Amino acid sequence: MAYSEKLLDHFKNPRNVGTLDKENAGVGTGLVGAPECGDVMRLQIQVDPDTQKITDAKFKTFGCGSAIASSSLATEWLKGKSVDEALAIDNMAIVEELALPPVKIHCSVLAEDAIKSAIKDYQEKNGMEVTAVLEPH
Amino acid sequence: MSQRLIYLDNNATTPTDPRVVETMIPYFYENPGNAASRNHPAGWVAEGAVDTAREQLADLINVDPREIIFTSGATESDNLAIKGVFEMYARKGNHIITATTEHKAVLDACKKVEKMGGEVTYLEVDSEGLISLEALEAAITDKTILVSIMWANNETGVIQPMKKIGEICAKHGVLFMSDATQAVGKIPVDPKEVGVHLMAWTSHKMYGPKGVGALFVNRKNPRVKVTSQMDGGGHERGMRSGTLNVPGIVGFGKAAAIAKEEMHEDAARLAKLRDKLQKGLMDVLEESYVNGSQEHRMPHVTNISFKHVEGEGLMMTFNQNIALSSGSACTSASLEPSYVLVALGLGDDLAHSSLRFSLGRFTTEEDIDATIKQVADGVNHMRELSPIWEMYKEGVDIDAIEWSEH
Repeated sequence: MAYSEKLLDHFKNPRNVGTLDKENAGVGTGLVGAPECGDVMRLQIQVDPDTQKITDAKFKTFGCGSAIASSSLATEWLKGKSVDEALAIDNMAIVEELALPPVKIHCSVLAEDAIKSAIKDYQEKNGMEVTAVLEPH
Repeated sequence: MSQRLIYLDNNATTPTDPRVVETMIPYFYENPGNAASRNHPAGWVAEGAVDTAREQLADLINVDPREIIFTSGATESDNLAIKGVFEMYARKGNHIITATTEHKAVLDACKKVEKMGGEVTYLEVDSEGLISLEALEAAITDKTILVSIMWANNETGVIQPMKKIGEICAKHGVLFMSDATQAVGKIPVDPKEVGVHLMAWTSHKMYGPKGVGALFVNRKNPRVKVTSQMDGGGHERGMRSGTLNVPGIVGFGKAAAIAKEEMHEDAARLAKLRDKLQKGLMDVLEESYVNGSQEHRMPHVTNISFKHVEGEGLMMTFNQNIALSSGSACTSASLEPSYVLVALGLGDDLAHSSLRFSLGRFTTEEDIDATIKQVADGVNHMRELSPIWEMYKEGVDIDAIEWSEH
């Protein structure tokens, strides 16, 4: 299977790999997938309490090249967005940007889930109304 | 200058030996005959070439040339043996015994037999990948007509106790069939010595061309017959119709002749390289596990799981330079990892984390040194990216986490 240049770039030079302090009130953590399924994504966001903008995003992913590239791209897109804007990120946008083949679409779904899950964690932690809805697959 | 691809996927297919290619070429144009044309020299030459190849194959596995049926490959041979025995021996019984770690060609032929009214027992394997002889014997009933157990496994290289299985089959008067695709031409394989009555294998896993395979069918004591699955001109003593692939068969024969001469030397050299590769990786990478028996194993294969790293992603770190396989099935829609490794009792996570290294005649020591370095770098890189590796390092019990299924 030939992968797109963009995907290979995100795989070889993943952006924003790392860990934020999950005890910090401004940090939301999403952990999605399962080792048995061959994909686990952990995506974290740092939200500025005054502006409600995402100032930092980090990820670590256990998975195939498409899963790693999808989560790397997601962190890139998250930085600078408001929480509401982040919730609007659709997995199909990731599919298009990385030219994911059909068998790898689940990687983009997982990345969208990771974003929503991180936002949900942040909102719950801070006693906010939870607007992040994870759709069952 | 582009780097030569290091090819460690010889269990998928082997390169065709140049000496094999050379013997095939005259049979495309200079000698174009159909081996079934009995009335002119072109046919005679082709027939003679096929006879020679049949002798070369028979010589390699120590059987009579008349006991070899040419097919298109091991998949066809497996199908012919299993379905052919099922149909031929329908009056005697309808029960077949096989194992869960067999190749899909055997398992799916057995599934078809079940649809045709047969009954199939799938024996489990232990953590070494070996079947239980007690369970085999206990599974035999008066309806059992065939036991089909592979000689060596394609994913782990694990070799089954063929002689003991043959003794049990002989004791109960049951036919014994083996898919020996991964063993023939690599280690000594003598079906009669171990009591195998039908044996399938293929040319392209022993440095011959693709598209040609063989089925050994025992001729005497007992005289085994299979119902043909391909009907037509009655070639191959009526068991497999279809014009013989003369150049392919010539190449297959030459590959067998070379294997007979060189297999022992190859095996000894490859075992050393394989051990070096395995040790080199295990020494520098903690939480690495060899899958399957290391005692009963093909000399050129090792299958290793690198915990908390996903195999397909790992391969992407070096697949421009090294060709090999993973037990991860991240590309399949089902997301199911290798059923062979799961049958050994590996968790799905470890099955997803596996790489299969299969060396071959053209593997060099430099290939192994480069592979150790690139795979180790790849595993370390992927572990840096892996959240479950981080959790493991922090002492988090990963099995206690409630993962979200997807």
